[in-house]
Amino acid sequence: MFALNVNGENRNVDVPEDMPLLWVLRDVIGLTGTKFGCGIAQCGACTVQLDGKPVRSCVLPVASVGTRQITTIEAIGATPAGKKVQDAWLNLEVIQCGYCQSGQIMSASALLNRTPDPSDSDIDAAMSGNICRCGTYTRIRAAIKQAAKA
Amino acid sequence: MSKPSSSLSEKTSTSRRTFLQGSGLLLGFALFGAGTKVAHAETTAQPVAGDVTAAFSPDAFIRIGSDGKITLILPNIEMGQGTHTGEATLIAEELEVGLDQVKVVDAPPNDKLYATAALGGQATGGSTSMRATWESLRKAGATARMMLVSAAAAQWSVPVAECSAKAGVVTHQASGRSLAYGELAQAAATQPVPASVTLKDPKDFQLIGKSSRRLDTPGKVNGAVVYGIDVRVPDMKVATVAACPVIGGKLGDVDEKAARAIPGVRDIVRLDNAVAVIGDHFWAAKKGLEALTITWNEGANANLTSANIMAALKAASERKKPIMARQEGDVEGTMKAASKKVEAIYHSPFLAHAPMEPINCVVHVRADECEIWVGTQVPTMAQGAAAQVTGFPLDKIILHNHLIGGGFGRRLVAESVAQAVAIAKQVSYPVKVIWTREEDIQHDLYRPAYYDHISAALGADGLPTAWVERIAGGSVLGNYLPSGWPEGKLDDDAVEGAAKPPYDLPVIQVDWVREDPPVPITWWRGVGPTHNVFVVESFMDELAHAAGKDPVEYRRALTKNQPRAAGVLELVAEKSGWGTPLAKGMGRGIALHDAFGSYMAAVLEISVSPTGEITLHRAVVAVDCGITINPNTVEAQIEGGLIFGLSAALYSGITFTDGRVDQSNFHDYRILRNNEAPKIEIHHVKSLESPGGIGETATVSAAPVLANAIFSATGKRLRTLPFNRDELKTEGIEKKSVSMVLPIVAPLLAALASTKPTDAELEKQ
Repeated sequence: MFALNVNGENRNVDVPEDMPLLWVLRDVIGLTGTKFGCGIAQCGACTVQLDGKPVRSCVLPVASVGTRQITTIEAIGATPAGKKVQDAWLNLEVIQCGYCQSGQIMSASALLNRTPDPSDSDIDAAMSGNICRCGTYTRIRAAIKQAAKA
Repeated sequence: MSKPSSSLSEKTSTSRRTFLQGSGLLLGFALFGAGTKVAHAETTAQPVAGDVTAAFSPDAFIRIGSDGKITLILPNIEMGQGTHTGEATLIAEELEVGLDQVKVVDAPPNDKLYATAALGGQATGGSTSMRATWESLRKAGATARMMLVSAAAAQWSVPVAECSAKAGVVTHQASGRSLAYGELAQAAATQPVPASVTLKDPKDFQLIGKSSRRLDTPGKVNGAVVYGIDVRVPDMKVATVAACPVIGGKLGDVDEKAARAIPGVRDIVRLDNAVAVIGDHFWAAKKGLEALTITWNEGANANLTSANIMAALKAASERKKPIMARQEGDVEGTMKAASKKVEAIYHSPFLAHAPMEPINCVVHVRADECEIWVGTQVPTMAQGAAAQVTGFPLDKIILHNHLIGGGFGRRLVAESVAQAVAIAKQVSYPVKVIWTREEDIQHDLYRPAYYDHISAALGADGLPTAWVERIAGGSVLGNYLPSGWPEGKLDDDAVEGAAKPPYDLPVIQVDWVREDPPVPITWWRGVGPTHNVFVVESFMDELAHAAGKDPVEYRRALTKNQPRAAGVLELVAEKSGWGTPLAKGMGRGIALHDAFGSYMAAVLEISVSPTGEITLHRAVVAVDCGITINPNTVEAQIEGGLIFGLSAALYSGITFTDGRVDQSNFHDYRILRNNEAPKIEIHHVKSLESPGGIGETATVSAAPVLANAIFSATGKRLRTLPFNRDELKTEGIEKKSVSMVLPIVAPLLAALASTKPTDAELEKQ
């Protein structure tokens, strides 16, 4: 049994200790906004935040989460950076299919948490782990800059 | 292309025929029904989710309730291309409602109501949605509006001509009376359907041509949208599956013992060519699948390699009887008499679709019916596949379509739906089948590989006096249609983009040699043109250089009778600063094409390092896609389509060893990343032509514009996709190209090695 803090709520889950957080969130807790894309931390679709920092939940065993606060896409709008990122994403019509965008938004808002006014190279470093098959990269970059100014 | 008619008349069928001519994909599908077995299920009349009843239901697309709710039932599925917003715009424009006043739902499977002539079934693909519905959905909106206005006029006993509709309200100006659509819904339903409707003149458009906000995106920033993979139904279990790693092989023995011991594993299901493990959650299913000891009967492809396939294509190109696609002028005589000839061989690989949402399907097979939740581009085909597997009649197959996390052609087939139904049929509870990314990459239906031989004779002015191309590859239609495609008959998809390049080429021969690979193939974003325009536009560049001419100047000389092609060419040359000096190591390429009813010219600026690394700096695109329904969406599709094609040109290729796909996930089937994407500028040619397709147009530009930019930067002509950076090295030849090594691999490995990664490691992931 693991006691998790998910979006500010305590959740007790009875799952194997090697089960990635992604599947705990999706299949046990029922928070499906966090996406499965590759299972090997190559695409970033599964990105969530632990204490505000981005992690790939598809390779993160639930046993290693401990007491850290898990934030998912469902609650990121309640954080100042997350709200700015969501607004900029909609303002600039970043999204196409949208499947990767939960992860993109989680990575982008984590970037703004630690670097409020990111340079292009900061964006490269923070966002190159998130693949978008629809190719929305130029708008993601523009939206991060817009969110930083908001 | 005909100009849009302001009144809908008999011209409809003519203009549809005209656009059908523009695309082999469309032509192929248009042949449905003429003795060919239709791939789609026959119509069912069942009520399913998505069917909406309301007081006023004038047609298959519009429902207006007495409570004022306006629901639009859209025939094409949203998979990121913006079609929900686009189709709603077409209806709303003529219905006279705002996009903020409507709710949109996906059409239920029903070929009779929702098939388009373009695709011969209820399907979303081939960049056809806006073209196919441009007139029909506007007409639907206009018809409903006229009935609402008539109902109001009757109620007020005033002439219809004195009433007008705006923002969902009918007003009688003279008396100042007004009634909302909801108040008129019941009365409108009793009005006769008008025999003819007059559509707006384009100058009066209020919504078409404006960048309206997308309807599908608010739920995509907060996790609210439910893709197929997110569906959860009561008592559902989760399965994952492994098909025989050798293409076409079958399942032999399975030792289940270790898998059964894994907590959460519920059932193990055997299919003819695959085995699935069902668990309480995906993790249990995946661990269970990994614990199986499986023996496969590998079958005829056990020794298949990519080299075998390319050798067969080459041999077919050289020896097999070709099928003529186009022959004009004295090709043989001109080639024989020419003093200067250029020829080249081009190779294109198999490609996987790799949409971000892995293949999935939720199925519940009950005693006498089957319910399916899936995101599919072909709902009636999926329904038909399920009927075949279960033996149930079509009206017992209930299918709920969902927003799609990337299609690109992958969800134009329903084989994974059939597989999921076959798994679910063996258990009593609902099952969500999810493929791993490895399964997705290794068991896709691939864009075919091609071997192309192209040659031209050049006249004294350096321009081609004859143009000859032989395409060798498989028939996508042959794989797609249940009845196959007859030998000896042209599959237009194979030559689309090659048979009619947008140039003045009076002496031309283009033929196709069919060589079906022993690998399943299907449509991939950009279909025929993605492959063919790479060859045509690379070779056009070769000819320009052979003639000692500037590539834009050369194309200009060949587009004197191609006004729309010349239009985008001139615009892109101007906006890109074509001809201005570039820094050392940089190059600038151009590509021009006409596909899906749209014209596009692109310029790409790149640099190539001494170690062969390619950096994409800036792309400038000029597009003439006719009347633009939503400029912002058009630009998004161009940006994304270009990046999709550049990914393929730089990195993507599926290869086979011993009948198995060599690639398995995004580390070795690379996708362009954010730090690698170029800046992209888009310029529109203002046009009143009917709308062209845009979802695939820029994907077509990508490989040739990159090939031509590489030549400009290095003087090296790369004719094999994906481009091999090792050929571009001028120093450090012994070094392995670093482009395949990902920046995040090292921290990933560290994270995998440790069950308890530190904060610093987690952050680096």
